[in-house]
Amino acid sequence: MGNPTAFLTIPRKEAGYRPVIERITDFSQVEQTLNSHDRREQASRCMDCSVPFCHWACPLGNKQPEWQDALYKGKWRLAYTLLSETCDFPEFTGRICPALCEKSCVLNHSCNDPVTVRENEAAIVETAFNEGYIVAQKIKRNGKKVAVIGSGPAGLVAANRLNHMGYNVSLFDGHTMPGGLLRYGIPNFKLDKMVIDRRMKILEAEGIKFEMNKEIDFSKLPAGYDAYCICTGAPQARDLSIPGRELKGVYFALELLSQQNELLEGKSFSKEELINAKGKKVLVIGGGDTGSDCIGTCIRQGAKEVTQIEIMPKPPIGNNPATPWPMWPQTLKTTSSHEEGCKRYWSLTSNHFIGKDGKVTGVEIEEVEWIPAEDGGRPSMKLTGKKDIIAADMVLLAMGFLKPQQPKMAGNVFFAGDAASGASLVVRAMASGREVATKIDTFLK
Amino acid sequence: MKKQELFNNETKAIPYQRQPEQLGLYESANEHDACGVGMVINIHGEKSHNLVDSALKVLENMRHRGAEGADNKTGDGAGILLQIPHEFILLQGIPVPEKGYYGTGLLFLPKESKDQSVILSIIIEEFEKAGLNVMHLRNVPTCPEILGEQALASEPDIKQIFITGFAAVETADGQLYLVRKKIENRVRKSEIVSKDDFYIVSLSTKNIIYKGMLSSMQLRSYYPDLTNNYFTSGIALVHSRFSTNTFPTWGLAQPFRLLAHNGEINTIRGNRGWMEARESVLSTPTLGDINDIRPIIQPKMSDSASLDNVLEFLIMSGMSLPHAMAMLVPESFNEKNPISEDLKAFYEYHSILMEPWDGPAALLFSDGRYAGGMLDRNGLRPARYTITKNDMMVVASEVGVMNFEPSEIKSKGRLQPGKILLIDTKEGKIYTDEELKKQLADERPYRSWLAANRIELNELKSGRKITRKVENYDRMLRTFGFTRESITRIIAPMCTNSIEPTGSMGNDRPLAVLNDKPQLLFNYFRQQFAQVTNPPIDPIREELVMSLSEYIGAVGMNILTPDETHCKMVRLNNPILSNTQLDLLCNIRYKGFNTEKLPMVFEIAKGKVGLQQVLTDLCKRAEESVKEGVNYIVLSDRFVDETHAAIPSLLAVSAVHHYLISVGKRVQTALIVESGEVQQTMHAALLLGFGASALNPYMAFAILDKLVEDKEIQLDYSTAEKNFIKAICKGLLKIMSKMGISTIRSYRGAKIFEAVGLSEELSNTYFGGLSSHIGGIRLEEIARDAIAFHDAGFKPVKFDPILPMTGILSYRKDGEKHAWNPETISTLQLATRLGSYKKFKEFTAMVDNGEKPIFLRDFFEFKRKPISIDKVEPIESIMPHFVTSAMSYGALSQEAHETLAIAMNAIHSRSNTGEGGEDNERYKKQPDGTSLRSATKQIASGRFGVTTEYLVNADEIQIKIAQGAKPGEGGQLPGYKVDEVIAKTRHSIPGISLISPPPHHDIYSIEDLAQLIFDLKNVNPKAMISVKLVAETGVGTIAAGVAKAKADLITISGAEGGTGAAPQSSINYAGISPELGLSETQQTLVLNGLRGQVKLQVDGQLKTGRDIVTMAMLGSEEFGFGTAVLIVMGCVMMRKCHQNTCAMGITTQNPELRKRFLGRAEYVINYFKYLAQEVREYLAEMGFEKFDDIIGRTDLIIQKPNYGDEKTSLIDFDKLLARVDNGAAIHHITNQIHNVEHVKDRDIIKAAKESIETAKEISLEYTIANTDRAVGAMLSGAIAEKYGEVGLPENTINVKFKGSAGQSFGAFLMPGVSFKLEGEANDYLGKGLSGGRIAVLPPKRCDFEAEQNTIAGNTLLYGATTGEVYINGRVGERFGVRNSGAIAVIEGAGDHCCEYMTGGRVVVLGDTGRNFAAGMSGGVAYVWNKKGNFDYFCNMDMVELSLIEDASYQKELHELIRQHYLYTGSKLARTMLDNWNHYIEEFIQIVPIEYKKVLQEEQMKKLQQKIADMQRDY
Repeated sequence: MGNPTAFLTIPRKEAGYRPVIERITDFSQVEQTLNSHDRREQASRCMDCSVPFCHWACPLGNKQPEWQDALYKGKWRLAYTLLSETCDFPEFTGRICPALCEKSCVLNHSCNDPVTVRENEAAIVETAFNEGYIVAQKIKRNGKKVAVIGSGPAGLVAANRLNHMGYNVSLFDGHTMPGGLLRYGIPNFKLDKMVIDRRMKILEAEGIKFEMNKEIDFSKLPAGYDAYCICTGAPQARDLSIPGRELKGVYFALELLSQQNELLEGKSFSKEELINAKGKKVLVIGGGDTGSDCIGTCIRQGAKEVTQIEIMPKPPIGNNPATPWPMWPQTLKTTSSHEEGCKRYWSLTSNHFIGKDGKVTGVEIEEVEWIPAEDGGRPSMKLTGKKDIIAADMVLLAMGFLKPQQPKMAGNVFFAGDAASGASLVVRAMASGREVATKIDTFLK
Repeated sequence: MKKQELFNNETKAIPYQRQPEQLGLYESANEHDACGVGMVINIHGEKSHNLVDSALKVLENMRHRGAEGADNKTGDGAGILLQIPHEFILLQGIPVPEKGYYGTGLLFLPKESKDQSVILSIIIEEFEKAGLNVMHLRNVPTCPEILGEQALASEPDIKQIFITGFAAVETADGQLYLVRKKIENRVRKSEIVSKDDFYIVSLSTKNIIYKGMLSSMQLRSYYPDLTNNYFTSGIALVHSRFSTNTFPTWGLAQPFRLLAHNGEINTIRGNRGWMEARESVLSTPTLGDINDIRPIIQPKMSDSASLDNVLEFLIMSGMSLPHAMAMLVPESFNEKNPISEDLKAFYEYHSILMEPWDGPAALLFSDGRYAGGMLDRNGLRPARYTITKNDMMVVASEVGVMNFEPSEIKSKGRLQPGKILLIDTKEGKIYTDEELKKQLADERPYRSWLAANRIELNELKSGRKITRKVENYDRMLRTFGFTRESITRIIAPMCTNSIEPTGSMGNDRPLAVLNDKPQLLFNYFRQQFAQVTNPPIDPIREELVMSLSEYIGAVGMNILTPDETHCKMVRLNNPILSNTQLDLLCNIRYKGFNTEKLPMVFEIAKGKVGLQQVLTDLCKRAEESVKEGVNYIVLSDRFVDETHAAIPSLLAVSAVHHYLISVGKRVQTALIVESGEVQQTMHAALLLGFGASALNPYMAFAILDKLVEDKEIQLDYSTAEKNFIKAICKGLLKIMSKMGISTIRSYRGAKIFEAVGLSEELSNTYFGGLSSHIGGIRLEEIARDAIAFHDAGFKPVKFDPILPMTGILSYRKDGEKHAWNPETISTLQLATRLGSYKKFKEFTAMVDNGEKPIFLRDFFEFKRKPISIDKVEPIESIMPHFVTSAMSYGALSQEAHETLAIAMNAIHSRSNTGEGGEDNERYKKQPDGTSLRSATKQIASGRFGVTTEYLVNADEIQIKIAQGAKPGEGGQLPGYKVDEVIAKTRHSIPGISLISPPPHHDIYSIEDLAQLIFDLKNVNPKAMISVKLVAETGVGTIAAGVAKAKADLITISGAEGGTGAAPQSSINYAGISPELGLSETQQTLVLNGLRGQVKLQVDGQLKTGRDIVTMAMLGSEEFGFGTAVLIVMGCVMMRKCHQNTCAMGITTQNPELRKRFLGRAEYVINYFKYLAQEVREYLAEMGFEKFDDIIGRTDLIIQKPNYGDEKTSLIDFDKLLARVDNGAAIHHITNQIHNVEHVKDRDIIKAAKESIETAKEISLEYTIANTDRAVGAMLSGAIAEKYGEVGLPENTINVKFKGSAGQSFGAFLMPGVSFKLEGEANDYLGKGLSGGRIAVLPPKRCDFEAEQNTIAGNTLLYGATTGEVYINGRVGERFGVRNSGAIAVIEGAGDHCCEYMTGGRVVVLGDTGRNFAAGMSGGVAYVWNKKGNFDYFCNMDMVELSLIEDASYQKELHELIRQHYLYTGSKLARTMLDNWNHYIEEFIQIVPIEYKKVLQEEQMKKLQQKIADMQRDY
């Protein structure tokens, strides 16, 4: 470790977001970057703990202390090499990972001021691209073929790893472009699609065959492969089956998000198909990240007002004794989208949609109370009878996704990512993709 | 003699057992002894019975230096060497011929008559063969009634034998020697059942020895001969033994045939090995072919006996007594020693022939005509002499052992380090060291011999260009097991800082044998280290005794015949060879040096069989080379290729080394290792320790080259290489000095290691039977791992661009297992913070049910026989078994340290101060009723903050002999960490570095420990005295010695234990697991019936209830927790303690970080409650109501079915789990008898009762003898208890003593107490002085020059904090060591004066010894530089010398000398004061550089304050 006392003298410095007033007018990335001097200083704050909780908390097992030390010393190439050993696509996680590492950073524990691990990661990989460290490799083929179905984060990692092991990899996806939710779920203001394209070029040059626009029927997998890896995600969003669900103006979050991304890619939609919040009062049901993405998107589309409701109670601000360090803290999270202007309510359940002329105009909500369970298990919900109506001419359902069922398949078919374990973080999907690649390799050896 | 003193037997004696060779983990080879020695001589050899009687009295007056067994009656051994009493013999009616024409001596014979007659017939036969007669056998009268049970059970039949028939007087002793050796060999090789009872005590025409398994008090009565008035002698040498030995034997009592030894031969393993190897080249004309009398060293004897064997052999070969002694125990002769060049050449010449037998040793010797004494180079044992006007001389470990009229005394002195004193009783002449050594040095032209023959490698140049690069670099890195960690965390720091990197917290990784990843063979070995019985050395501050020089080449034949060809050697300054040096060495042909390079590789395809074959061939090839006259053999693994893997270098070296010894060819060649495997110091130490003379770590050099090339380090290559070699050398010195070994020559081949996880077969075949107690790997596993490493380089699954990171120093998910990992840490923290027992059980399940074992205890389960948990004793009575380990305030923050104290006091257990003292504010109760006082006060080698007040505020006083993470090493708290508060508790000055020396300077030997325990028990009779040891093989016998030294509690610290800072190699490679250490201790203590009188405590990574129950069954009643409680307080194992940057505010003094401390006493209390609860649950499952009932019950342990891999299935726990079943207690049942009921202080306290109560002035007078020890300590304890550190007003209690004071006179003396001693004092005067005043002056009627005579012993004023000492005479070695505030005036000092001093004033009105002011960081010293050569004697590393120019210093010195005059009436002081202006110019002032800086800063502050005040006034 280069500077053992840096964490005492250098405060955490986030690059921060572009000013709200500016950023809501476009769909470009909101997060800014630090200059390389500041970035290296931030990296120097890493204490190189002998038991690095960041590394432990990271589903990928990134070795943060090692590459942050390299970064601090200005050894960008080494930093990238170390980083890419565990993380195939740091340019994705460096942008959109909720950074479990930072939550479990010892500095978060001792002074609520963790190292900017995620930003450091992004800085390393961006420099690596800019400096031309990331170039397509020549790979010795082993003659075996693997089909990877689904090109989301899990599929991409699985394909990349297998490809590097020497397998001929074909990557199938029903969409026109690879990336899965990275491309069709995450708004561009968080992850610019150029970032995906840049990586895909490398993968293609390294020999992965992209078979896009190909919906694959699980009962009829393409022939001629030694193994199959299914990474089709958790496509089924959780629905809200309450009266009025059929009203126009009630959408699943992903319908909005993916359409917006496609629009930005240049695709056009008919007026009926188009989902646009311009001038509308928007209600987002669901307090998670997807809901937050909807908020940012609607604001950029020009919504008049955005409200977000959540059925669970408002989490504590700062520390939550129920989820102490190094656990993931269940605390109030305010995203860049929240900052851009929206109302947020908690402990509200939706009773029914209110509509007029077949179009939604509002939702009746009711306050709920959560009774903690005696055995420490899930608390139970109790309706309070306090009801109200939130006016809305567009309602977005962002209440998570259902865990997909895995059909019984042949022994050479593997599942990974959300398709295997239900919806979760990109970083977990990537970890799963890496794991399945090893499994397939072992299987085929 | 009070009956009580002789027979203070309380514990029940156990039936005597013959010394077992091995039982469980106990091994007889691990025993040590130390003792008191004395000699009385009439310089003219005039014989008298009076002299014999005096010598016996000397012995009796040193009884406290001996020890008794568990029956408190059997002595460890006592004996006397005398001239043959010719008249006495004639009076017995034995018709012996003229004096000198017959030989005689005592025989110990088996009582069994048949065996006895067989042995006697062998004896007679052998003498007849030699043409001699056994003229008479006399039954020696004895008095067995007085013997203790153990001694009686093994009492031999004692006969005196008389031999006649010699052709000439001159050759008689040589003949006797040869025949004796033959007899010994024949009996040893015979089938006689009780042959072990046979021992020839002595056989000579001049000397006779009487000895036995007796106490000092018993010798006289046991042998009535000795009290016969006609029994006369002119020389008498006595010895009383204190053995850690559990089964002292009759034969091991001293004196031996020529010498008596107090101390220990640290280098004994190497010495014995090399003597055996050397036998083939030792024949001399005098003795002829020595084959018949081999082995020269009689097997199964003590270190002293072995030294005696060799000495005797050399004398019989025709060497003179002083010559042989100077060769065996040479003084240090590096450039820091003021001896002549000729003498240095003498030593250098002989160092080629013989490695030093290093002490600590005070040796007294006599061949019947000459008698003398000497100390080893370190002078760690005391030996004082007195010469009287009527030509008597007494030399002994103590003064006061014999009374003289003051007016009779001619001079008093002491033996000095490395110096010999010899008396020729025939000529009536005393030879000084200078005379003797000059004679020796002038005997031959050693200097020119060396100059003409010896080659200095450093001075050779070849002009050839040798590459540092290695082909296939990346592959080779993996092949030799390098990792990213080993390069960036070990090798790189070594070459940038020239020192091994430091780490902190313990080692929580699995042992090599439990590790499923391929292991370097090095990882199976652990360093051994000295504890208690011999002191480690400080290789930095005491560099003058250390040496890494090596000679390589072939030793010629007949080395005892002086010849210049023996010098045909290459001299190396250190054993690490650069590539260029190795190349040179392989190519020095011009002087007839031959080299042979042998490949250390084996064919992979042939696996284990191939490896075995290559090893055999290698040995044979080496033997051939020797026959061909090759001077040195290079074993090289440069031959690794696709199909050949490297043989672990250690295996190859050790195999060849031991094979060559077995064929008698070892000393005719030298072994050099060229290996890529060597990464760090431990590896180098192992190769040298197993026989290599030099090594070339070429991969490490290639790595340095790469690091330089890649600009990873900002150095040029040659500097990097120099630094790296320097770091290894420093590390080697440290490893050697841990064992108290000074020179690499004594270390080489000495195998100061033990193995954990090597199969016995492997150890016996290739490692010379190194101890390895739990079985383990075979050649198969070694071959498998070697191939795995090779494959990693040559057949990688995937070739990573960067080396693997294996997570050895840091946790990595995909790396090595660590017991403390994110899961265990966070779960334990959550459990104790949230107060959830359920969560705690999750934690213990995680720890106890790991998939793979980490510790040995992970293999243990217990027998179940459940009872209701309600029957089991409550947690409140279990919790007091748990204590927190020693962690000092200074290592811990105030918050953390106090939290622990509060918690432990709340559960009625004990927290431990650690070595940093304690703020006396904490002794008061807090307003809320809690207490911040640490119940256990530690006393470590630095003695920081150890005041009388500190000691009386203890429930337990722990003497830290060693620390688990770095046994045998000192420590250093750098000046920048010493802030105001820390300085206050440590009684030092802010900003001044504090050095803890490796040894306690008042414990060089087991009887010294007994003395310290006695001192402490006097200061605080209510406190338990405990001794902390570190687990290693042999710790059991040491613990037995400690138990005999009257410790109440013994802690066995596991090597895995934590630390604030220690070298990485010590954390990972020194000491062994607590299971092994504890078990050996338990077995050994039970074996000799000592277990019942001590408690045992264990620590070392303990975490769960299962750990406690397991350790209890292995024998422990108390359990120490260090790391675990730190984790409970928030530690996240960052391992940054040594950097002061602990982010959790635990191990830091940074106020910002301390604010981040999140720990609370409740969490700690929760932890111990849960632990106790879990223990209860286990007790219920096992069916026991009381915790005490499972202690020592190894029979309850069952082994878990194995973990399913082949390697761990090779482990064998039989020895570890062996239970000694002899009816003796297996846990603590009774208290020690401390013998402090009748000390002199009881009288003084009684007499001064009123003064203690009311501070009324009082004057008292007493006579004092050397058996009155620690006088003043108990009195001081009583005062401190009442008045705290302030004590009484000045001059309240004034005591005058006359006589010879025993050890520790005035120890811990408190303010208000003033001692005046007219006479002389022994060692440790003023130890821990806390404010009192001590004056020592020669008796009034003595007319010798006070300043020329030594009147006080060694290590005075050790760890003094305040007070005054004035001595009108010279003192011994190490005066004022670790003085932190006392002032002293003396009139001459020995070596190492003012060492590690951090405060106070020392004035020396006379000469000093070498190494003055080494490690001195504070205080001021003044020396009268009469001869103008003081700078030669001063260690200038940390101090500056100047004349005293500053008037305030002049005034200070004047005042000090005036006080000296006032209290002692010193004539010298008077002279100086009378002519002050003249003398002041001859004084030198010694001020530490750091102290100067602090003084200047203070002055600057004052000035700034003045300026500020001035400005404010305007």
